[in-house]
Amino acid sequence: MAGPSTYEPKSGFERWLDTRLPIVRFGYDTIVSFPTPKNLNYWWTFGGILALMLGIQIVTGIVLAMHYAPHVDLAFDSIQRIKRDVNYGWLIQGLHATGASMFFLAVYIHMFRGLYYGSYKAPREVLWLLGCVIYLLMIATAFFGYVLPWGQMSFHGAVVITNLIGSIPVIGPHITTLLWGGFALDNPTLNRFFSLHYLLPFVIAGVVALHIWALHVPGNGNPKGIEVKSKDDTVPFHPYYTVKDSFAISVFLLMYGAFVFYAPDALGDAANYIKANPLVTPQHIVPEWYLLPFYAILRAVPDKLMGVIAMFGAIGTLFVLPWLDTSKVRSMRYRPAMRLWFLIFVLDCIILGFCGARAPDDAVIAGLAGPQFLDANLNSFVWLSRIASLYYFVYFWVITPVMGLTETPLPIPEGISEPVLSHPAVTPAGAVSSPEKRG
Amino acid sequence: MANTVVGANPDPHASGDPNRRDFIHIATLAAAAGAVGGLAWPLIDQMNPAGDTLALASIEFDLSKVEPGQQVVVKWRGKPLFVRHRTPEQIAAAIKDDNSGGLKDPQTDEARHKPGKAEWLILVGTCTHLGCVPTVGGGEYGGWFCPCHGSTYDTSGRIRSGPAPKNLEVPTYAFLSDTKIKVG
Repeated sequence: MAGPSTYEPKSGFERWLDTRLPIVRFGYDTIVSFPTPKNLNYWWTFGGILALMLGIQIVTGIVLAMHYAPHVDLAFDSIQRIKRDVNYGWLIQGLHATGASMFFLAVYIHMFRGLYYGSYKAPREVLWLLGCVIYLLMIATAFFGYVLPWGQMSFHGAVVITNLIGSIPVIGPHITTLLWGGFALDNPTLNRFFSLHYLLPFVIAGVVALHIWALHVPGNGNPKGIEVKSKDDTVPFHPYYTVKDSFAISVFLLMYGAFVFYAPDALGDAANYIKANPLVTPQHIVPEWYLLPFYAILRAVPDKLMGVIAMFGAIGTLFVLPWLDTSKVRSMRYRPAMRLWFLIFVLDCIILGFCGARAPDDAVIAGLAGPQFLDANLNSFVWLSRIASLYYFVYFWVITPVMGLTETPLPIPEGISEPVLSHPAVTPAGAVSSPEKRG
Repeated sequence: MANTVVGANPDPHASGDPNRRDFIHIATLAAAAGAVGGLAWPLIDQMNPAGDTLALASIEFDLSKVEPGQQVVVKWRGKPLFVRHRTPEQIAAAIKDDNSGGLKDPQTDEARHKPGKAEWLILVGTCTHLGCVPTVGGGEYGGWFCPCHGSTYDTSGRIRSGPAPKNLEVPTYAFLSDTKIKVG
């Protein structure tokens, strides 16, 4: 914890418990008195939103497992039964399926927040690494979960992904066989994917606990990217950030609810309403939206193994980011040149997402017959995803280290409170000082 | 509030009266409690029988397959259903005991079959003690005997001895024709 504990047991029972199992003290220090920078903006509310989403996914998932049948002959029908016959099954299944998308939406905002404000820099590298581990586990969990409805996209998506592993030289095909438990994706695969889909969220919860632990050692970063210098720079987590997080959660839940109640299938693929048929592949295999950028990177490379390496490399790059960034300035607020490259990077990720959703040979600009370049038309999603993939890697491996050495950052403020409290003009008459002491 | 700035408002909490902030706190907590409660019900109710389970809750059965003195066991709602074609002697034995005074759960035989269909006894085949399936023809009354804890039932399915508290349950059923019943 940052700073000594300020918990004072109030009742005799609390004193008795505190000397045996200081769990109330732990809770108090973690979510009540925890000193939090007073200048956190709404981009900092997504940690709380993500914790809620993990909780929702685990609770709805446990309920769905009460009705789901992990067998190739029963799985598809059991999902339909959940949606049609089980009491409130339509709601619970909708919350879970849409919840996966909301979970990823929140995690992407959370990650971009970390990139922009330099949340991965010393002394928060381990915090960032644990976040990367959580993200990787989320991808695995989402993949296993997407297989379970045993629709056409479930099945053939899983075929494609498991075959990717087969591109690893020598051991790849053996690993694929090991995953399948047979000659192809079949009942044994579905059974083990169900088992792993049930297991991994609890692993995620464990890593989340480590993530929060690692957060509470140095404390939160903040939009200015400067360290907290005194108690005046902070407010207690409760009520300031419990209330701010609650408001953000409410707004987030409104959007989540809009999807669940009014467009439950908007984020899914219609092909998954057709029962899996190993003999026919759908016209156009696409992953869920949250994995499209990586799928685009995979397809951008015209070599099977290199494509797989590029795709995993794109995620692996995140793990080494703390050591690629040479800038001592955390927040991009004070790095105007880098901020521009960052905004291009965000745009680039969105473009990669669009590329992943389209057939590679589709024209980017309809009706324009572009010139042929090497193996494909320049006006095709092949080349757009190649350019976008290149920028993805250049951003991390070239721009990030070079900019830190060459740019001239703006002057960094002395402290968090400085512009707020030092200037008499901004202190309204009648304001109560030390507002953090108010309930 | 020791170090207030010049011109500060007096602390509205000092008076002890509820203020707007208190109202907002209570309203927020009430809304949160309502939301949690509203979500809890679907998560609990999903464990109740689903629509398809309820839709399969009634069956039809053709009685002409059952010879006098015979019992046929069919599965209904996941449990055994006894369809017993009683002989005149068994019916007479059941009626004789109607007022014997030895009944733990007093009921006449008349009340346990459809009017004019005394030969047909339709019963849920689980012992009213702890749910075991009694064997037909066992026990001193020639009805049923439960092997688990020794409850005996007479030819009307009434409890006569042993730990079971109630007679074998008569399900809701109706004769669709002379030889066909619908149970449930």
